[in-house]
Amino acid sequence: MDRISEILGRMGGVNLLPVALAAVAFILIGAPSSWATLTVAGLAMGMMVFLMASGLSLVFGLMDVLNFGHSAFVSFGAFIAATVLAGLSTWLAADSVALNSAALVMAFLAAILFGLVAGWFFETVIIRPVYKDHLRQILITMGAMIVAEQTILAFWGGTPFTVLRPHFLEGSWIIGDVSIEIYRGFAFLLGLAVFVGLYLVMNRTRIGLLVRAGVENREMVEALGFRVDRLFIAVFMLGSGLAALGGAMWAGYETLITPALGSELMIIVFIVVIIGGLGSIEGTLLGAILVGLMSNYLGFLAPKMALASNMILMVAILLWRPNGLKPAV
Amino acid sequence: MSLLTLDHMKTDIGQYAVLHDVSLTVPEGGVFVLLGRNGAGKTTTLRSIMGLWNASPGSVKFRGQDITQLHTAEIAKLGIAYVPENMGIFGTLTVDENLVLAADKGRIDPVRLKRIHELFPALERFRDKKAWSLSGGQKQMLSVARAIMEPRELILIDEPTKGLAPAIVDSMGEAFREIGQDSTILLVEQNFNFARKLGRDMAVIDDGRVVHQGSMEAFAADTGLQDRLLGLAM
Repeated sequence: MDRISEILGRMGGVNLLPVALAAVAFILIGAPSSWATLTVAGLAMGMMVFLMASGLSLVFGLMDVLNFGHSAFVSFGAFIAATVLAGLSTWLAADSVALNSAALVMAFLAAILFGLVAGWFFETVIIRPVYKDHLRQILITMGAMIVAEQTILAFWGGTPFTVLRPHFLEGSWIIGDVSIEIYRGFAFLLGLAVFVGLYLVMNRTRIGLLVRAGVENREMVEALGFRVDRLFIAVFMLGSGLAALGGAMWAGYETLITPALGSELMIIVFIVVIIGGLGSIEGTLLGAILVGLMSNYLGFLAPKMALASNMILMVAILLWRPNGLKPAV
Repeated sequence: MSLLTLDHMKTDIGQYAVLHDVSLTVPEGGVFVLLGRNGAGKTTTLRSIMGLWNASPGSVKFRGQDITQLHTAEIAKLGIAYVPENMGIFGTLTVDENLVLAADKGRIDPVRLKRIHELFPALERFRDKKAWSLSGGQKQMLSVARAIMEPRELILIDEPTKGLAPAIVDSMGEAFREIGQDSTILLVEQNFNFARKLGRDMAVIDDGRVVHQGSMEAFAADTGLQDRLLGLAM
């Protein structure tokens, strides 16, 4: 058994799980084109969930804060991006990639900017008084989530809001029998770019070194002369900004959004953070991809099981690895 | 001249009063040893000096400056390093990454690094290894090395010999003797034989109070006092 674990470890260890899942799904689905479409959809979904979950994982791991209000950043990101896109509808409809891209970038920037500012406010006003008190954290962040949802309801109304997509992201790429929605490909690439950026920051910079050390032993980082509380604000703002970007991406993916979007996604986001391992960017990516693939494969193979699929995945992984697949510590 | 002065320091942890009245003067230079039995308040004293637990009422003065209410990071920046009982190494980081975190602005002084590698050769051999993979003694070396990565005036070291093999304890003693030439060490230790060889001054703490302070030489020579205090306190 140890020998098998060692061989698997050398081959990539838990990183092989998505490959194994895809291989099993390939056999069960049978049709390669359907499998390829579902795989791309799963990867795209995984990357969007990764955007939302990566910040929460860092906040969880570094700050030991249970932030149920994280969904507010997702929802606001979605609605703000959708509003900017609606305001720039003529740019979106134009047959110009430059104008399309400009509208998209502005929508994303608006969402991220909101996430950063709101993250700073949220950490300073709501989170800081309840550090080290999980029960109060849950209560106050749940309360903040409800307030955020109601605020969105007050500003944007209760009817579903239609999200416009840039012209150049409409349609599909057809490769043989396989149809790949362009927006999903874009979501995958954007998520990958964010992952690479985060990975480089965490592993190649002093700030990343501090965050990793802080996840492991906050006190010792402070005893070395660093203000971890200031690092917390930066990490919280980053996490909120990424959640807002994830919400903006999800809005374009769904094309019809409601104020409950964030809280609906939160279950998946928490599952990803838990199975990935707290405070770990690589673990979050792995968890997000597994959740994305599992949702899509089971949605095709056994639609009635789709809702429970992520819960089953979480239970199975936690029974095997109680600290998640790739915990930071 | 006194480097550190604790004046009627009292520390509560939650609803429990751990330090009742700790008054202590640590002179500049050499090794000052704080002795006491388990639960006497030695670790709490060090943590209170570092600002990890709030000492109130009472005061902690470093070079005459009141640091009682300062943040731990600000205390560290004044030139006080801390080697905790659990060593506090970052297991997921490499040996070199642990040292980089302790270096000013992340730039390691090659002369200091060379000295550290001379003191603790294992750290040079395993510089790219993850710290969790080191042995207990090597982890302790890394923890001490991190504390001397930059010039420090005062180094607080909590039970560094606990669980270490005798050979490692000896080399740790040699290292402390050398470090003590440049910095003052406030050493919490239960191993009296180890402590008596290093300490110039000492104090005994019991039940959250300092019950004796004096020179180690006089204390080591006075077996009656040792019997009375160590018999009571150790």
